[in-house]
Amino acid sequence: MFGLENATGIGGAALVIGVVLLEALVLYVGYGLLERVAGPALIEALRGGS
Amino acid sequence: MELFGVALSMLLLFSGFGVLIGLLFGFFGMGGSFLVTPALMVMGYETDVAVASGLAFVFATSVIATLKHRDLGQVDYKLGVLMIAGTTGGIEVGKIGLHWLQDIGLADTVVSIIYVGLLGGIGLFITYTATRGSSGGGIDHDVADDAEIDGEDIPDIAKKIQSYRIPPMMQLRGGISVSLWMILGVAFATGLLSGFLGVGGGFIRMPALFYLVGVPVPVAVGTDLFEIVFSGGIGSFLYAMDGAVDLSIVVPLLAGSALGARLGAAATSLVDESEIKVYFGVMLLLGAIAVAIRKVGEFADVPVLQTVSLVIILGAAALVSGAVVVSSVRALRTESAPSTGAAD
Repeated sequence: MFGLENATGIGGAALVIGVVLLEALVLYVGYGLLERVAGPALIEALRGGS
Repeated sequence: MELFGVALSMLLLFSGFGVLIGLLFGFFGMGGSFLVTPALMVMGYETDVAVASGLAFVFATSVIATLKHRDLGQVDYKLGVLMIAGTTGGIEVGKIGLHWLQDIGLADTVVSIIYVGLLGGIGLFITYTATRGSSGGGIDHDVADDAEIDGEDIPDIAKKIQSYRIPPMMQLRGGISVSLWMILGVAFATGLLSGFLGVGGGFIRMPALFYLVGVPVPVAVGTDLFEIVFSGGIGSFLYAMDGAVDLSIVVPLLAGSALGARLGAAATSLVDESEIKVYFGVMLLLGAIAVAIRKVGEFADVPVLQTVSLVIILGAAALVSGAVVVSSVRALRTESAPSTGAAD
């Protein structure tokens, strides 16, 4: 994935772990925003729109 | 069809599995890594790829958990650094051991047997405590900052172990004095588990810090979270140097899991976990059975058992997370329904 299938050694490992770390940070921020924006509407919809 | 060089079907499979894992473990307050590695093995991945990818998943989820908790609770940094040293040593030894077993063709069998015992043991324990209505005595990362356990609850054997004073002695937060060897021993043992099985090891490390090292619960919780970020990162880095971390597994799994964990955490305010915890225990037991069935299928050369084990492990996760979702939606609708009773 992302052309890192054959990444080995210190440089390759740093790239692979860097991708995982970056994804964790992006997901934390992204899902946090999504929860804030769409959370109340989702809860309302699940409640049956009452 | 491919996305980033990976079949879309695989991305969807891992994202979907990630949502289930995140939902379950976000709801029940556990790490979730000990279901990822066996599931990958059941899917037919090489043992080192399953372990390494599980460990990278642990690293990423611990980063997110740390960001969520931010202040990390009460961390004893001296204890944390010593734990990182011991854990890193354990991970390296676990990795060497796994590669050695892989070279002689036994890694899959040995790791599968350990997972059958681990999943079966934890599953039985959770099922037993859930049916008895007990909390199970576990310690998770969402424990209150001022939480404490009665000294009476500490087993005699733990008190006996705490009483051994083999120098050098280390002074920890709260005026605790503990042998350096005890700290390194606990750290090494959990690191060995991480390096060999691809699990975070918090389910052993936190009780061990409390019962064997004697640190207070909030310090054990904060220090565990601090430590797992570093040791998870170092462990997955060591495996990534050999090219064993598969991003086509970790990236979609994490994307699904981070979303599921938010849903699971939200569900805890709606549903009492003790009501459905027994299903979670049964799911872990089914995970153990799935790993065993796959191995039996291999030995007996019955390929269909591979599919059966995959259906069991994915089906059990889907059923229990479905129960969490259905219970949460019911609770929401009950909450919003007009009350017919008199106000008190």
